[in-house]
Amino acid sequence: MDSIEQVIRARDLTKRFDSFTANDRLSFDVYRGEIFGFLGANGAGKTTAIRILCGLSKPTSGEVSVAGYDVYHQTEQIKEHIGYMSQRFSLYEDLTVGENFRFYAGIYGLPVRTIRPRMDEMLRSLGIGHLKGQLIASLPLGWKQKLAFSVAVFHKPSIVFLDEPTGGVDPITRRQFWELIYEAARGGITVFVTTHYMDEAEYCDRVSIMVDGRIETIGPPAFLKEKHQAASMEQVFLKLARKRQNEREPQ
Amino acid sequence: MKSFGGFVIKEFNHIFRDRRTMLVLFGIPVAQLLIFGYVVTNEFRNFRIAIFDMSQDEVTRELTGKILSSGYFILDESLTSTDGIDEAFKKGHIKEVVIFGQGFGKRLEKEGLATVQVIADASDANTANLLVNYTNGIIQDFAIRYRPAPAHPPAIRIEERMIYNAELKGVYMFVPGTMALILMLVSAMMTSISIAREKEMGTLEVLLISPLKPYHIIAGKVIPYVVLSFINAVVILLLGFFVFGMPVRGSLALLLSESLLFISLALSLGIFISTLAGTQQVAMFISMFALMLPTLLLSGFIFPVENMPLILQWISALMPPKYFITIIKDIMLKGSGLEFVWEETLILAGMTLLFIFLSVRRFKTRFV
Repeated sequence: MDSIEQVIRARDLTKRFDSFTANDRLSFDVYRGEIFGFLGANGAGKTTAIRILCGLSKPTSGEVSVAGYDVYHQTEQIKEHIGYMSQRFSLYEDLTVGENFRFYAGIYGLPVRTIRPRMDEMLRSLGIGHLKGQLIASLPLGWKQKLAFSVAVFHKPSIVFLDEPTGGVDPITRRQFWELIYEAARGGITVFVTTHYMDEAEYCDRVSIMVDGRIETIGPPAFLKEKHQAASMEQVFLKLARKRQNEREPQ
Repeated sequence: MKSFGGFVIKEFNHIFRDRRTMLVLFGIPVAQLLIFGYVVTNEFRNFRIAIFDMSQDEVTRELTGKILSSGYFILDESLTSTDGIDEAFKKGHIKEVVIFGQGFGKRLEKEGLATVQVIADASDANTANLLVNYTNGIIQDFAIRYRPAPAHPPAIRIEERMIYNAELKGVYMFVPGTMALILMLVSAMMTSISIAREKEMGTLEVLLISPLKPYHIIAGKVIPYVVLSFINAVVILLLGFFVFGMPVRGSLALLLSESLLFISLALSLGIFISTLAGTQQVAMFISMFALMLPTLLLSGFIFPVENMPLILQWISALMPPKYFITIIKDIMLKGSGLEFVWEETLILAGMTLLFIFLSVRRFKTRFV
């Protein structure tokens, strides 16, 4: 599997709900070890696409593979090779830090003898080795988020999906969180991230921008800014959204 | 399978760490059984009455003595005028007044006919009815003894015998009912709340994306509650036996198996509710209104199903606790075996399968 360079390969991914097309012929690749920003306004179809990539839902048509497995028939294998973290940081508040790690690692079938040393090392590198026995509920939001991320990549997935992971935290904590993302990417884990914050889009290796169920543009941030003659990713985003709106309602 | 064990451990952790959950699981059942057993009883003892004896002869004294020595009644006051009756009732101490007319003994002797008036406080209709019946019985009995050879041969004499619960103990009704109520409440409500909580927190999403299969998740959620509910059932039976003297005349193994079946039913209902409810609060409300009230009112626990309007009888036929209460009453009091309760057992099993089927379907369509 190490030979696979495309961790995600989507060709004409389409998802329709009755007459509504949530994802309209999405085609894109995500390469090993890159940080891929998946942007789009609310309702643009990001969540639908992520659910398909995570094996929770099947596309209506199109060819899609994740970590080398087909999303139509191999969702079991896909689930074993991905990690997931959402804005609702997904740790159990009434369990301790250690118990959360053990529980989630156990779900992914990691043996106990692997879990303990890996967890100790991870907590030490985060500088919170002493918090292992603390209940999650007693920790500040920033720490919970970092721990949730650590849990999501604990079983060393090929790719981790982060669905608006930094919602509701301050800029400094967000910055620290991105350090963790970089570190994971350096370790060979591909990162697929959605965000509302356009400054975060600048941190990605490549981004795609979805408008109304379609991918409008895709490429490295610098390239997109040049292509759309914009000073920032925020402007790129707004230009695309407006362009689309004008097309829909010609004046 | 190792991951599955971890899931169950985590679930137990959730339960043991939440004081409220523990209280609902173990505090409420015991309290409820004791309350129902001691307070809500239709047993009959020591009701206060007043007697207005205008005659004051030997016969009325003897009859008064009989009434008061029956154990059902206590003399609160002896009235001396008709005006006192209304006032006595209004004071609220007494439930019944017995009035002997003037020359009671003499009339009985001479004419063979005397009148006793029994006035009961019917603001509590059931109690009033019972009181009058009991008084009636005592007076009839006295009348037969007083004149052993009646002038007119009496046509039919009723010989009554209450079987299975000879002393008409109310607690024999309430132990099965409470057991059904508690198992329903604890199993269904707690599972539905605990699944709804994972939904609310967003952890269910993570679980569904993980390699765990949906039935692993459901089974992992349910197993701790099966264990705890079963412990609850045993505690209730022990309390019933040692505190209230509720017998187990039939097979204990059958009784426990039926309890386990009912627990499974309640849990599958709980899972079904959690597929309908998005939040813990909604789950709790649905459990309360869809499970607790019908269990109390329509299962025959408090009000006999036979007396309900036809339409409510039909609804009652849909209530799982009704069958469970019938089953455990039969086993505990009549000593019935499976050959007598197989129909009810089959109905419960069928309902369990139905709810599991519905939940799995909804679980899939909702999340996948």
